[in-house]
Amino acid sequence: MDYFLELFVGGLTRGSIYALIALGYTMVYGILGLINFAHGEIYMIGAFTGLIAATLLSWTGLPPLAVLLLAAVAAAAWAAAWGLAVERIAYRPLRAAPRLAPLISAIGASILLQNFVLIAQTSDFVSFPALVPEIPWLAPYAAVISSAEVVILAVTATAMLGLTLFVRGTRLGRAMRAVAQDRTMALLCGVDVDRVIGATFAVGSALAALGGVLIGSHVGQINFAIGFLAGIKAFTAAVLGGIGSIPGAVLGGFILGWTESFAAGYVSSAYEDAFAFILLVAILIVRPSGILGRSTAGRA
Amino acid sequence: MSTPVSAVLAALAVVALTAGASVASAGEPIRLGVAGPQSGDLASYGIPSSRAAELVVREVNAKGGVLGRQVKLLVEDDVCKPEIAANTAGKLVSDKAHAVLGHICSGAAKAALGIYRDAGIIAISPSATNPELTQSGQYPNFYRTIAPDDAQARIEVAFALDTLKVKKIAVLHDKQDYGRGLAEFAKKFVESSGGRGAVVMFEGITPGAVDYSAVIQKIRQSGAEAVIYGGYHPEASKLVAGMRKKKIDVPFISDDGVKDETFIKVAGAFAEGVYASGPRDTSTNPLAVKAVAAHRAAYGGDPGAFYLNAWAATLALLNAIEKAGSTDSAAIAKALHTEFVETPLGRIRFDARGDAEGVGFAMYQVHKGVYVAVK
Repeated sequence: MDYFLELFVGGLTRGSIYALIALGYTMVYGILGLINFAHGEIYMIGAFTGLIAATLLSWTGLPPLAVLLLAAVAAAAWAAAWGLAVERIAYRPLRAAPRLAPLISAIGASILLQNFVLIAQTSDFVSFPALVPEIPWLAPYAAVISSAEVVILAVTATAMLGLTLFVRGTRLGRAMRAVAQDRTMALLCGVDVDRVIGATFAVGSALAALGGVLIGSHVGQINFAIGFLAGIKAFTAAVLGGIGSIPGAVLGGFILGWTESFAAGYVSSAYEDAFAFILLVAILIVRPSGILGRSTAGRA
Repeated sequence: MSTPVSAVLAALAVVALTAGASVASAGEPIRLGVAGPQSGDLASYGIPSSRAAELVVREVNAKGGVLGRQVKLLVEDDVCKPEIAANTAGKLVSDKAHAVLGHICSGAAKAALGIYRDAGIIAISPSATNPELTQSGQYPNFYRTIAPDDAQARIEVAFALDTLKVKKIAVLHDKQDYGRGLAEFAKKFVESSGGRGAVVMFEGITPGAVDYSAVIQKIRQSGAEAVIYGGYHPEASKLVAGMRKKKIDVPFISDDGVKDETFIKVAGAFAEGVYASGPRDTSTNPLAVKAVAAHRAAYGGDPGAFYLNAWAATLALLNAIEKAGSTDSAAIAKALHTEFVETPLGRIRFDARGDAEGVGFAMYQVHKGVYVAVK
């Protein structure tokens, strides 16, 4: 039973990271019908920004939790700026172009960002400090759930709650839903579509950066290439849950995390990817638009 | 195909040397075959070895040769191809080589060794690492001055079972050629240890995965007392850090891919106490320094692959002939097994299978942020 719990927590942690990244994919898809392949790189840039910010902040002698918080905010802000820049440079000029053009542009943006970090930083793995302090009352359970995992789960839950409130309750959130449902109609009703799309990229990028900082602090190392596999997995999670659906992305992330964790724990980690994609194929055969996805309605 | 200039020069040099010295020497020369790629894609693996042989022989001949006879090199090109290596071997046999330095590539060596065996000729390779060549028992005439491919796994398993005295071992790898091959050998050695150890977990992990928490829990679940990991440092540092964070404090034993500064830099405090096998450092050996200097003087620039191994092999062979007192292969073989010889790789002799004792890998442990050799 302990073993099951350990795997469950491991899957939940991994799923949280997938979910945080998947939200960016699904929000952009919901609004633009575009798969933002550069999103995994934004996650990676978030992790690097978090590392740089944390290193600078740790010299000020602030408590670790404050360093974590400020580093996460810095990473989210900087990644949001990158998300906006990518949208402005790589996607907006192609908004009226055939669907393939922005797809190629997205892949180009991904390669560009990855190589930018490779040149500007390093090709080596770099050590990421453990920003989450040991929580004393968790110590007896460290084998099952570490304090870093608790923080990942708490931050993810908060971020999702915040996102839901944002999309449901604010003017900008309402505008997002309107643009997702019918961009032309929203434009005619006076919604500033460009601003809404920009905001979507910024929010998605900030969430991915949060994921990057959390996982960096949890596993203790990052490099310029971590965005690729994480991006693919998060994209899978988004498709699994129904791309375009926010709760779908979260559900997809957790299902993927658990599948991998249990497959690795009870079968073999050599096949964890195989199980993840078998699950994806099986679900898409039964529900072609994902678990919570609908072909038109329910986006964003 | 044109004959490479260096081979021609080497041959000329040998002719000149033997012609100049033959006046003083008694009896016919000792013919040492040198077989390896002298041309083609892999020539860079063969030429350093023939240069090493030539430089050693030049030195030995200047001092009066072996058994009072001059040593003559017969350099043959096998292009590292098995089908050509068989011809090369046939040529060396008909030229009455007394012993052979070569072949360089494992495939070529395999094709040639049967021919030498049937002709009663000893072959010593500076570079053929295929484990079967010595372990199959098919080629008692074969020796080598390089560690076989499974040497790292062998030393890691021996270290775990004999030094750390653990029984239950988890063997992990990164599913790639190097790591997986090593892990499979480690598994084989543990299982054939006569019940002294057992593999409680054998598993591949995905390089670049977000985290390894499931695998780490599985290590705990398996009850492993030590982990042997085949692969490179990025995954190793993630695994070690994850294990230590989850309070799994069993020894972590890995390979040359982990015996790297970056591993310590990235894993930080978690690297402390990690074991890794790595090549023995011979660069400060005075004979190695001398051998490299000889190459610089003769050719300019640093020697290439397997140069020191070839230097050691040539020395070992000539020493064995000297000690044996004849070119009879049974006597040479006995001397190779029993007589130590000082070489650039250290003081060596050959074990019963034909692998050089003391050549190859040693265990290291991270101690205060640096790898130090385990005594």
